Amino acid sequence: MTRRRWRAIATNAAVAAATLLTAAPLLWMVLVSFMPRGESSRFPPRLWPSRWSWENYHELLARRLIDGAWFDYRIVPALWNSLAVAGLSTLLGLLLTVPAGYAFAKLRFRGRERLLQLLVGALVVPGQVAMLPLFLIFKELGLVNSYAGVILPSLAGIFAILFVRQAALSIPDEMLDAARLDGASERRIFAQIVLPLLAPITVTLALFMFLGSWNDFLWPLIVLADQHLYTLPVAVAAISREHAADGELMMAAAVVTTLPVLILFVPLQRYYISGLLGGSVKG
Amino acid sequence: MTRQERTAWGFVLPVLAIILFVFALPTVLALALSVTDYSIYALADWGALRFVGLGNFTDLLTTPLFWRALGNTALFALLGVPMAVGTSLAAALLLHDASVRWKPLWRVLLFAPYVTSVVATAVVWRFLLNTRFGLLNHALGWVGVPPVDWLGDPHASIPAILLFVTWKIFGYNMIVFTAALSAVPHDLMEAARLDGASRWTRFRHVTLPAIGPTLLLAAVMSVAGFLQIFAEPYVMTLGGPAQSTTTVLYFMFDEGFKWWNLGQASAVAFILFLMILALTLVQARIGRRYEWL
Repeated sequence: MTRRRWRAIATNAAVAAATLLTAAPLLWMVLVSFMPRGESSRFPPRLWPSRWSWENYHELLARRLIDGAWFDYRIVPALWNSLAVAGLSTLLGLLLTVPAGYAFAKLRFRGRERLLQLLVGALVVPGQVAMLPLFLIFKELGLVNSYAGVILPSLAGIFAILFVRQAALSIPDEMLDAARLDGASERRIFAQIVLPLLAPITVTLALFMFLGSWNDFLWPLIVLADQHLYTLPVAVAAISREHAADGELMMAAAVVTTLPVLILFVPLQRYYISGLLGGSVKG
Repeated sequence: MTRQERTAWGFVLPVLAIILFVFALPTVLALALSVTDYSIYALADWGALRFVGLGNFTDLLTTPLFWRALGNTALFALLGVPMAVGTSLAAALLLHDASVRWKPLWRVLLFAPYVTSVVATAVVWRFLLNTRFGLLNHALGWVGVPPVDWLGDPHASIPAILLFVTWKIFGYNMIVFTAALSAVPHDLMEAARLDGASRWTRFRHVTLPAIGPTLLLAAVMSVAGFLQIFAEPYVMTLGGPAQSTTTVLYFMFDEGFKWWNLGQASAVAFILFLMILALTLVQARIGRRYEWL
């Protein structure tokens, strides 16, 4: 019995240690972001700020007048850009894919199976293949350097359609047929019966979409040339090239980029993880 | 057309139109682009565009940097898959143990890096891996290991980036494996225990066969992930030192959007596509073998 007890203690300690090790980079990121300038570039490295200071955040976020010209790191505009892009692409993405996923599961129309096969087949093609011609098309249409240019590709939610379809398949046909017999229109059935049933997976999908858009890097990097339109990852990557040695400032930028996502993720993590496991259509 | 059919088309047409416009059409055009010499001249004037057949592909075969990028990407996958999948499995086994308390808490914390931005965390890790001020070298110093120039030494750069990537992604497969582990037949485990099978024997002969297919599938899907590494070298090393972290996608990005050789870059994109297609076929075979599909 005691041997078992010791084993249990050892296992719990190992889990705690592994978690601490995993959380350490993020904890350290926060600690360094509050250190006075230059404190992280000392030897031996300091683990704790000698005093807690907001100066890195002030330096990073505040607009200042330097030699008669306004200067800032464009992190605040990038934060708004990221919020707008991620928010819009989530909202539009849901509007487009949730009804489509339901239609593929429960509404009968000609060519449904054929289209479905095409969508599943399309999952094989990595998104990067389309990026080069898409850039040229967007350039011709004047969509380069605009929110629309960043958002549009994220709306081609093949995975999202299949994800919603998978969930909608479990809605009993009898329920829908009963509503039809009562004279409800198809749109009303969708809005009043189907949507409430799909609410949990809609939350999951919204979380996937928002995080995906927020963290997306390659496409915004390609399509945005104007610094005023940079999303956070693009802006942070740009600053990190010029201020590589400036540890505290870069950690503050990393905190600004990761914190909103973690704040969103923690309370909704159950939805995220159940979605991750439920997707038998993972691409 | 029935009422139902009309509604259905109303529901699916908008998104299908967008998929056609931003995905299907550009994918076909990518194939077309890969047989042209589309470069900065054509960007200014479409008249300068010429058909070059398979010229871009044969050019690539004689470009040392392309081979280098292929080799680096292969190395990333070869080292990274065992590292990432192994870490996921170890974490899942640890977390699955019946005696562990507060499982949901550990699970969220271990998974958290997965949802953060690659760029932001790569910036953090670049600092952690710093030769002089980095915590990693400091920790190694405690056990007597001399400082390693993680991102400056061509031999250490890929392992260094892989440390970061493993940290970032292991939570995903950890969750998948935890689910697979909880589906391992309980009575089988109990019977093995009663027969006096050791912990290792039980793992080897009960757990592993049960989660084997999941493990294999995760490994194949991880290879596909490692083939698409881009942001990590972009932020941490710029493809260096001595081009030791230039990946296929990094090469494509530079070729396409730095030098504007979009024809050449499209050829690279297609080679990447073929590699991922091959992997998907392997994945489908595995699925069929274990009768899932």
